[in-house]
This record gives sequence, C-alpha cells and structure tokens, in this order.
Amino acid sequence: MTLEIPLLVLLVMTAAGALMVKDLISAVFILGSYSFTLALVWASLGAVDVAFVEAVVGAGLATVFFLLTLFNAAEKDTRIRASRMPWITFVSLPALAILLLYGAGDLPAFGDPASPASTHVSPTYIADSLDQTRTPNLVTAVLMDYRALDTLVETMVIFTAGIACVLILRNKP
Amino acid sequence: MIHSHDSVIVQTLGRVVIPVAQLFGLYVLLFGQYGPGGGFVGGVILAASMILAILIYGVGSEGSRLARLILHGDGVGLLIFAGVGGLCLIGGGQYLNYSHLPIPGMDESSRHYLGILLTQVGVAADVAVTGVSIAMSLAADQDPLSTEDQEHA
Repeated sequence: MTLEIPLLVLLVMTAAGALMVKDLISAVFILGSYSFTLALVWASLGAVDVAFVEAVVGAGLATVFFLLTLFNAAEKDTRIRASRMPWITFVSLPALAILLLYGAGDLPAFGDPASPASTHVSPTYIADSLDQTRTPNLVTAVLMDYRALDTLVETMVIFTAGIACVLILRNKP
Repeated sequence: MIHSHDSVIVQTLGRVVIPVAQLFGLYVLLFGQYGPGGGFVGGVILAASMILAILIYGVGSEGSRLARLILHGDGVGLLIFAGVGGLCLIGGGQYLNYSHLPIPGMDESSRHYLGILLTQVGVAADVAVTGVSIAMSLAADQDPLSTEDQEHA
C-alpha cells in the first residue's frame, strides 16, 4: 500500500513527459516506461494477468512497432512542432477531472465483498470453475471456457488487423 | 529494410537471449492454466523473440528463415481455435463446449483441460504470426520479400 503514491507520481510524470518531450523517439521510450509503471500498478492491485499483458504488449511489442514505424519515417516527421493549446483545453480538462473525481467518490471500496462486481457471477466462477474446467487460473478458465466464443472473435479481430496491416504496408508504390 | 546488425556483442547476446525468450514464451503459454499467462501473452513473447531475431540478424538473412516460413502459415492459429469448436460440434455438443470433444477414453474434466490447452495454442499461434508479420511489413520497404509476395498476388 505504501507503493501506491510513488507509483501514481511516476505514472503522471511519465504520461506528462511523453506529451511534452520534443521528438517522437524519446516519447516512445517514455511511453514504454509508462506502460511498465502501469503494469506495476496492476500487479499491486492483484490483477497479475492484466499486469502481464500490459508489460508484454504495452512496454514490449507496442514500443517495437512504434520504433520500427519511426525508423521508416523521415527525420523531419519525427520532430514535434509544438502548437499553442486552445483556451478551451484549460477549461474543459480540469472540469472533466473534477467530474471524474466526483464520480469516483461513489465507487465501492477496493476489495469490497458486497460490491456489485463481486456479488453477480464471480462467486459462481470462484466456487465451480476448478471442478468444471480443471483450470486453477480463474482468468484462463473464464477466457477459454466460459467465454470461449468471445475469445474466438477477439482472435479473429487480431487476425484481421494483421492482414490489414500487411495489405496496407506492403502495397507501396 | 532492416539489415543485420554488425556488432559482435549484439549478435552473441542475441544467440543467448532469443532461445531463452522463446523458452519463456512457451512456458507462459503452457503454464497459463495454473498461473498468470496464457495464449495471448505467450504468443506475444514468442513474437517479440522472433522480432528480436529479425532486428539483429536482418530480414533477408539465414537467421530469419524460420520467421519467413511461419508467415506462410498465417491463420493456422485461428483454424486450430475454430477447429476445436468444430470438433465439439462433431462430438454432439455445442460449439466450443469442450466436454463433447470426440476423444475416447478421457473423462470430462480432462477433455476440458485438453480443449483449453489447444485453444490457447491456437491463440498463441495467431498472435505470434500477426505480430511478426506486422513487424516484418513495417521493416520491409522494397525488399525481395514484398516483391515476391506481390508476384504471388
């Protein structure tokens, strides 16, 4: 629990750094460290599977894809031309932050057993999934057994995205 | 196009790191039923190790021949996943209901175990192939691979 404040500070610092830095390659590396910090946050919340995905995809694969894209771009395209922020940003973003903080006050406490999320279907999964699927990892049991059709269509989405990327990128004049 | 890296340090390190990363990816993929991990994460780690091989040894080199071979099997992972569902249909159950996998001599929970394992392998294959193909088409501009593919099309 004592880690929460340093992680939050690091998260905000890396996010702001990725926005304010002058060239895109530095921004990509700072974004990778942002993903790594976010993975630490997920791990400290107990969502180890989400942390794993965030570390591997956000800090690993996405960074490599961004870097490969930037290596193909000309040098003038990787520099950021800073434009002045419109005045409405200074009004709307703090207003949105206040709205979100106001809404966060009504959220149930973390780990509350009486919250809607832990009273609906998750007790059934926790009680029965080991007998029904012989899979001790609950996340895998839900993804691959109870919600297997969802996962199949997600796999199709990844496949389609890959095909689209290859078709667009290899069709150079 | 990504050419092979000419530093001895990088090449030697790659020779050590890439097999370890691939072993770890396989471990995460197969361990997903007992702990954190699973098909998606394992597939991404496998893809990352192959992308590392491409970055170190180049797109057209001998070292990435395996990656190029794999690319021709695009869609096999999806076929494994959907095929397991189809086998469940043949066994007389609903689509992707692993209790009806038509394998004689297995009790119901073992069928579930096997079905989940096979679908995870399918997801991992799909994710790995997609990741490598995106990276290779990002790295490839006007290299033999892309013209070769255009001739096929």
